[in-house]
Amino acid sequence: MAFKKSVVAFSQTPEQEQKLMEVINKEKGHKGALMPVLQQAQEIYGYLPIEVQTIIAEEMGIPLEKVYGVVTFYAQFSINPKGKYKISVCLGTACYVKGSGDVYNKLQEVLGINGGELTPDGLFSLDACRCIGACGLAPVMTINDDVYGRLKVDEVEGILAKYKE
Amino acid sequence: MMTLAELDAIKAKLHSQMMLRKEESGTAETEGNGTYRKHVLVCGGTGCTSSGSMGIIKKLEEELKKNGIENEVKVVKTGCFGLCALGPIMIVYPEGSFYSMVKEENIPEIVSEHLVKGNVVERLLYSETVTENGIKSLNETNFYKKQHRVALRNCGVISPENIEEYIALDGYQALAKVLTQMTPDEVIQTVLDSGLRGRGGGGFPTGKKWQLARNLVKDADQKYVCCNADEGDPGAFMDRSVLEGDPHVVIEAMAIAGYAIGATQGYIYVRAEYPIAVERLRIAIGQAREYGLLGENILGTGFKFDLDLRLGAGAFVCGEETALMTSIEGNRGEPRPRPPFPAESGLFQKPTILNNVETYANIPQIILNGADWFASMGTEKSKGTKVFALGGKIHNTGLVEIPMGTTLREVIYEIGGGIPNGKAFKAAQTGGPSGGCIPAEHLDIPIDYDNLISIGSMMGSGGLIVMDENNCMVDIAKFFLEFTVDESCGKCTPCRIGTKRLYEMLEKITSGNATLEDLDKMEKLCYYIKNNSLCGLGQTAPNPVLSTLRYFKDEYLAHVVDKKCPAGVCQDLLTYKIDPDKCKGCTACARKCPVGAISGTVKEPHSIDTSKCIKCGACMATCKFGAIVKE
Repeated sequence: MAFKKSVVAFSQTPEQEQKLMEVINKEKGHKGALMPVLQQAQEIYGYLPIEVQTIIAEEMGIPLEKVYGVVTFYAQFSINPKGKYKISVCLGTACYVKGSGDVYNKLQEVLGINGGELTPDGLFSLDACRCIGACGLAPVMTINDDVYGRLKVDEVEGILAKYKE
Repeated sequence: MMTLAELDAIKAKLHSQMMLRKEESGTAETEGNGTYRKHVLVCGGTGCTSSGSMGIIKKLEEELKKNGIENEVKVVKTGCFGLCALGPIMIVYPEGSFYSMVKEENIPEIVSEHLVKGNVVERLLYSETVTENGIKSLNETNFYKKQHRVALRNCGVISPENIEEYIALDGYQALAKVLTQMTPDEVIQTVLDSGLRGRGGGGFPTGKKWQLARNLVKDADQKYVCCNADEGDPGAFMDRSVLEGDPHVVIEAMAIAGYAIGATQGYIYVRAEYPIAVERLRIAIGQAREYGLLGENILGTGFKFDLDLRLGAGAFVCGEETALMTSIEGNRGEPRPRPPFPAESGLFQKPTILNNVETYANIPQIILNGADWFASMGTEKSKGTKVFALGGKIHNTGLVEIPMGTTLREVIYEIGGGIPNGKAFKAAQTGGPSGGCIPAEHLDIPIDYDNLISIGSMMGSGGLIVMDENNCMVDIAKFFLEFTVDESCGKCTPCRIGTKRLYEMLEKITSGNATLEDLDKMEKLCYYIKNNSLCGLGQTAPNPVLSTLRYFKDEYLAHVVDKKCPAGVCQDLLTYKIDPDKCKGCTACARKCPVGAISGTVKEPHSIDTSKCIKCGACMATCKFGAIVKE
């Protein structure tokens, strides 16, 4: 998995910082607390930039390189910000044999970005995921919480247009 | 704290209400079923939720109010019924009317006709249940007829968010029996005698695992019970359905395991990609604590056990037991060498057992009905049932539970309804990225752990993906290798570098640059990776390649020698052509071609300049006469 450095400068609101501190204080001292803290931190900030990792490392007394190691190991943690609309195309086996690879390629072409990237206007980010379990609807993609099933390649542009308005 | 008598009281209070949902109770509307005369069950599993079942529930509640029958008809959001291809699904009891692919606009009619007047809306029923002689029971349809539900017993029957409905159908009775009537050794002996083997794929005897954890370390101050709900195989959703449809069965079974091995703390490691399952587990654990079925002094017996959830973060390797435990500890989820086995030194270096969700889902039934009952199902070495997630090129995509020993042919053609669009069956893939592809010649083999291994695949957790003649087997092998390259944790070299090299070899084949010598090299590399990798991920990663090489060698040869992809999938090996006999010269394709590779005069057959063609397939999609072929 390739990790590109984010070009967006990090900033946080006082509320976000306060929430993070609450999470750290609640979990600190429990066995294996790092993962739950990172998961909740990602919920607060939307991603885990190095600044957030540094706060977590210092407050929890865990070396930053260990925090970074855990963050980069798991596919769900992102060190780059995501789009306003997060597009996920299922490339699980059931979707793949029904043509989700073509849908994924079409999205990269239409959006002009590769998987794992964000459009310059910050609107869309595109990722491949492994099975969301809606195999009966294959091929499937999700945009934030909306699920699009039984997709055809030529429907892609129409669906994206709905979000551009 | 709850007493045994209180547990029984809840069961007695709700039992007759719940029997309304059992078809054996007859189709007549009987009085005395409590306040509700009908129960409407709507599937709230991920599949049906994705196709809009939450909107259906909302609409249903509105319409019931409008008709003033909200106190006569109960709406229950359940887990998965299994027939995901036909979602959203809704069943009305006591009749057992099975409405499929329900739309919100159908709801007013169903409410006013069926629920108010009692006239079933046949037009909207699952067509298989409608016959000339009236409406068939669901259990007589091809999809359900051969199924036998043990692990999925409550899925699609109870509300997963209501502990009392679980209790009403014998829930927590097995825990009560264990705590009041059995010694830990008797529990382990029962599980051993039942012949239950791990449903996560490995097939290790569950009782044996428990026995080791109980006896290996005598003086441990703490032991742990873990549940592997990190269902990472793409295309597999058995565990998710159990968690979404019947979360308490896992909690009860883990408490039983805790009693058996002497553990007081458990962890459920669940995929974060399953938000509905996570939410229902949270609710279930909260309710179990509230009812005193988790925590201190359970059922007044002095037994103490509690559970915590841990969310995975998208790493396939965390399905491996030592990697999963490392991840719960808050580290990178890398596996470690065994021994020591987790039964001796697992989570936080304490004796630990780890079982899969489906394995746990069998435990309460084994305790209540006895080892002999369980062992009477299945084959000689594989007892009980197995849940499979049917997917891919098959009519009835969904979840099925069958006795071990059922043949693949029965599963695919009878239960699954066969291959859509009149295409020919090519292979069934089981075991996900660790498994293999089973060709048509083995369709009649009875499914069990040992048979599947003998034909080069494996049971795996239960994903069963069907492929037809349009799927290229080399491409499928490449697809799985791409997955393992991505998911290899990088700790050991044979897996980290070996899978990458293997993937590159497959790429060489699908782009038409490979020689026969490469095929030999590839096979050698497969065995090298298998023999030298640290954990199960690497040891099984070459299986998709080996099994396709074994059964579909001709397809590999076509790619290597003839530079052709017989299924028409591998782009580099395809050329698009226009059949002059079929082409009417309508110019539609020439106008659609993005690179101007198609030329010809109006009303004359056109042709494609292959040097310009980028093989995008736009022309083929446009042609109304089927004149464009790829070969």
